[in-house]
Amino acid sequence: MSDGALRTGLLADVLRRAQARGATAADGFLIDEQHFSASVRLGQVDTVKHSREQRLSLRVFAGRASAAASTSDLSRESLERVVDEATALARVTAEDPHAGLPDPDQLVTSVPDLELEDTGGDDLEPEAKIELARQGEAAALQADPRMTNSEGAEYWDRRARYVYATSHGFAHGYATSSFGLSVSPVAAENGVMQRDSWYSAARHRSALEAPAAIGRTAAARALRRLNARKVKTTEVPVIFDPDTAASLVRSVAGAASGPSLYRRASFLLDRLGKRIAAPAVTIVDDGTIPRALGSRPFDGEGLATGRTVLVGEGTLQTYLLDTYSARKLGLHSTHHAARDGSGVGVSTTNLMLLPGNSTPEALIASVKNGFYVTELIGFGVNGVTGDYSRGAAGLWIENGALSYPVEEVTVAGNLLEMLASIEGIGNDLVLRDRTVSPTLLVGRMVVAGN
Amino acid sequence: MTDLARTQPEQFFADRFNVTPGLMERLLGGSLVGRVDDADIYLEYRVNEELVLEENVVKKASRHVSQGAGVRAQADTRTGYAHTDDISLGNLEEAARQARAIADRAGSSGTLAVAGRGRPHDLYTLVEPPIVTALERKLDLLRRVDGAARAADPRVKQVIASLSTEEVVVLLATASGWTVGDVRPLTRLNVTVIAEDNGKREIGSWGGGGRVPFDFFLEDERWTRFAAEAARQAILKLRAVEAPAGTMTVVLGPGWPGILLHEAIGHGLEGDFNRKGVSAFAGRLGQKVASELVTVVDDGTIPNRRGSLNVDDEGTPTGRTVLIDNGVLTGYMQDRLNARLMKMAPTGNGRRESYAHPPMPRMTNTFMLAGQDDPEEIIRSVQNGLYAVVFGGGQVDITSGKFVFSASEAYLIEDGRVTAPVKGATLIGNGPDALTRVSRVGHDLKLDEGVGTCGKDGQSVPVGVGLPTIRIDGMTVGGTQV
Repeated sequence: MSDGALRTGLLADVLRRAQARGATAADGFLIDEQHFSASVRLGQVDTVKHSREQRLSLRVFAGRASAAASTSDLSRESLERVVDEATALARVTAEDPHAGLPDPDQLVTSVPDLELEDTGGDDLEPEAKIELARQGEAAALQADPRMTNSEGAEYWDRRARYVYATSHGFAHGYATSSFGLSVSPVAAENGVMQRDSWYSAARHRSALEAPAAIGRTAAARALRRLNARKVKTTEVPVIFDPDTAASLVRSVAGAASGPSLYRRASFLLDRLGKRIAAPAVTIVDDGTIPRALGSRPFDGEGLATGRTVLVGEGTLQTYLLDTYSARKLGLHSTHHAARDGSGVGVSTTNLMLLPGNSTPEALIASVKNGFYVTELIGFGVNGVTGDYSRGAAGLWIENGALSYPVEEVTVAGNLLEMLASIEGIGNDLVLRDRTVSPTLLVGRMVVAGN
Repeated sequence: MTDLARTQPEQFFADRFNVTPGLMERLLGGSLVGRVDDADIYLEYRVNEELVLEENVVKKASRHVSQGAGVRAQADTRTGYAHTDDISLGNLEEAARQARAIADRAGSSGTLAVAGRGRPHDLYTLVEPPIVTALERKLDLLRRVDGAARAADPRVKQVIASLSTEEVVVLLATASGWTVGDVRPLTRLNVTVIAEDNGKREIGSWGGGGRVPFDFFLEDERWTRFAAEAARQAILKLRAVEAPAGTMTVVLGPGWPGILLHEAIGHGLEGDFNRKGVSAFAGRLGQKVASELVTVVDDGTIPNRRGSLNVDDEGTPTGRTVLIDNGVLTGYMQDRLNARLMKMAPTGNGRRESYAHPPMPRMTNTFMLAGQDDPEEIIRSVQNGLYAVVFGGGQVDITSGKFVFSASEAYLIEDGRVTAPVKGATLIGNGPDALTRVSRVGHDLKLDEGVGTCGKDGQSVPVGVGLPTIRIDGMTVGGTQV
């Protein structure tokens, strides 16, 4: 029997035991992963980590009442205890008319191959992996005499196998791999330091950016922050670079997720089918892109992933739902269920704001006096009202050109107003992470400084 | 569960996994001594329970068990770390082999660092740890919290009451022959309220807890206060005006606003960033970094606090470290690695999220000592400014020193009086500079209610903060009112 079949069998046993203990239905997720990481600092090995982990998470239903449990101990006694505890918990929770598994006929019948696992070639030796991190850091430190120090560079890889099964008899699995390299160098001038970083991550090792290129980008990002200053408090157009723009897209998805809506804790409440952004804005979530970091062949409840238009030409087209939140809202699951360890939640897959026609340079050139944001820090986003206030750093735009670095300021507004006043969308979309955006130009925001 | 809560860690791991301190020491001794500067094995067994009540219905009831072992070997600045969630002799041997691969390079001093021996504290031995308290009592409390929050105001439309409780059993053995265990209870009650009025919606949230028994929430009707506070926060925000934008005088209220210290100076004084020279505070020991009114300590020894520990996750007993003494930088927070490399003493700040993570220097309970001023008088001393009393999260860029923390309850100060509530706004400052602007320190030091979680390098640990009322002359407030 293959290892995969063994694990499917283990999960099936657990579900059977739950039913024997009185559960009317149950589902379970089994994750098994191996992780390696190596960090290097100033050319020397810093930390090397190896790990192997497994976790079984179980959801049981007693009629319309449910409970969840999980364990990393897959011994027979431990699994029996987990089942008993979960079924006992389910008995004390109240009936919820919306609780339950998806209809069995909705589940995937075959698992598409999205090439999420790198099966080509041998694993690298730890020494070779360390060398990749070393090359990345070296390129950053050699990029300029002002590159004086480093927080280090890290290479990591992870291989995981997932099996999902339900008491209906569904049992499918898939495997993934991921690889990453990040470099975090420090630049200094006139006794003042600035740190920045750059990274690459991919499902297949061959798709990683070259270490030296990552290091050079990280160095350039740190260098351009040197001699930053505060600006006077003002209201100006703000351009978000692709990384910071992606955080805005993430906030939209958070507000569109089922649990935020049934709790009435979302600035997108009652806005389905309504205009929520400038007409040029289209946001798509697509879990079927081969080799992409956010792809998965089925969601956390066994439903097929697909391509979902969240915002189409400025209009909110759908919410992002799992089975529970969909039933609660009188809608259908959009197949965005995710197992979060403590139960089932909602998550996006590959979430993208689609590109426009302008080059980022043209967007910058269109601004006479404004702020180009390259970093956001803090948690100042109110998901209920959309009120937005975050710490920012970046570059000031004078007469259509990047002029000098800026730090210790905030950008503030309201997400609905910001989305409505997106006046320019870059053509620079790159699917380099799970949530991505091109450069975005927001018409007006308050920048607080001196 | 009762057996788990009452058992000594040594006995627990011996009974359950056949792993004894003797075996751990043999593993460390056999494979690591002489080739490394430091090494340890950390065993952990964790039970976590989450109960969530929404719309007066139990929305989530879950129980999670995790267990594992982490083996670490260090030579010079290098760390090898391997962990497994299957605690068995074979896996521990394999983990030790992987961890020591790092040490098989030149550079080890060949002498073992002596672990921070010393008597562990006894800060949270509980007659009835919260994890063993009956589910029915917990669910009953959540139902009462829901009722109290709804009764507080008719505009309260949604209530989410949650109770999360855990118990962690750890056992640690170091290569120098020091074995120590700890049993760590932790619980937290949280209330979130959505209020609606005339189509406007707002959110309010309050909570607290610590390494305390379940009855903590019943004492002094604490649960009623949490429910009422969450409702009050949401209702207040419904009438909040635009927050001001720009640099102004800011008065911070006592307690949770101590997150200022955590972000502005706390992370910057962790040993790793200073050893590497990447902190804005690197090389500044003995220098003036704050107003002389300011004394800040990190204290992991306060009984029953969320951020307290009997020993840190390297076996070093926690302590009280004076970080800033009357304005002068006097100490860093250290784990063993960074203490050894900086030739300083470990301070009991080596912490890890779980067995799956190597320790690093982290805060425990970080707060500013009380001063002389009357809090009311501090407010009266401000012509125009911002009075901020409740904050959400914060973040810092260690290297540039820039930090933010976001106010969720704040008011305008006009002519020395607290006036209109303002919408949430982020405050931003520069760590090495912010505390030099502290011009008044109140006599009303308060620690927070026990809700803080700090994230660093992907690892989360429970922490505490505290602050008296203080006045800061010039902080940038990120509102929208220009």
